[in-house]
Amino acid sequence: MPRLTFEDFKPGTAMTYGRYAVTLDEIRAYASEYDPQPMHLDAEAAQRSLLGGLAASGWHSCCMMMRMLTDGFLTNTSCMGAPGVDEVRWLKPVFPGDVLSMRHTVISVRASQSKPDRGFVSFHFEMLNQNGDVVLDQRNAIMFALKDMGAVA
Amino acid sequence: MSVYFEEIEVGTEELYGSFTFTEEHIIRFATAFDPQAFHLDHTAAEASHFGALCASGWHTASIWMKLYVQHHQKLQMAARQRGETPAELGPGLGFKNLKWIKPVYVGDRLSYGSKITAKRISEHRPRWGVVTCDNWAVNQNGITVFEFSATVMRERRP
Repeated sequence: MPRLTFEDFKPGTAMTYGRYAVTLDEIRAYASEYDPQPMHLDAEAAQRSLLGGLAASGWHSCCMMMRMLTDGFLTNTSCMGAPGVDEVRWLKPVFPGDVLSMRHTVISVRASQSKPDRGFVSFHFEMLNQNGDVVLDQRNAIMFALKDMGAVA
Repeated sequence: MSVYFEEIEVGTEELYGSFTFTEEHIIRFATAFDPQAFHLDHTAAEASHFGALCASGWHTASIWMKLYVQHHQKLQMAARQRGETPAELGPGLGFKNLKWIKPVYVGDRLSYGSKITAKRISEHRPRWGVVTCDNWAVNQNGITVFEFSATVMRERRP
């Protein structure tokens, strides 16, 4: 598969990819290090929390999504990173045993005004669970090098 | 603050402390969640527009969460020692306007903080409040490298 550059992303195009099996061990490992709240670590405390059961940290969900983005297409592109994220909504908890996947749509594309070697592609990302529920909704632009720029990012 | 929603004041600023990004930690995080060459490999990172190995943006964000929870858990412990029942932190609803302003390189030491910008009672869960805060990280040279605006649930006084 050829390496994709800025020019290859067309507004309106959609893509589905990824499979991420969420385990209790991984939820606890991330939470222990970055978000050690009882609702992510302890089943009993989590039952009493607003999440209704032990569930992944929202930031962990973002990280799981990033992993699917990387494996699903970014490593095969001229990706130069992202300037930020316009919005993330954690719509549903992510539980142990969930199997997640990705869907994205290209919203718009824009060549950089100040740096002629790159452009911005705005995406709408949705992370879904095995029931087809959207658990995380994210909108952000990613930077890609133009085809002829020979960027090695 | 780990105070109840009622005591949270708009305009209050809090500092959560600092964290140094080591090479080992940057690579370990990126290997798990963001295995792009400029987060994993010195040679590839030097050839990229970043110029050197740098942390995944989600790593920078995860450390904000780590220090935020650490800060509140210290306050919760202090409240328990005074014989009080501390407020619970609730789940986040999401965030907006997250900006990775500058790369975070090996050895960078980031100081994190937060300012309360708005508060309201949850319409759907009246036992809870909804608090919005602007958050940031500043590096060892005083340059803001990361910011975002978060919305989190906070417990109301029973």
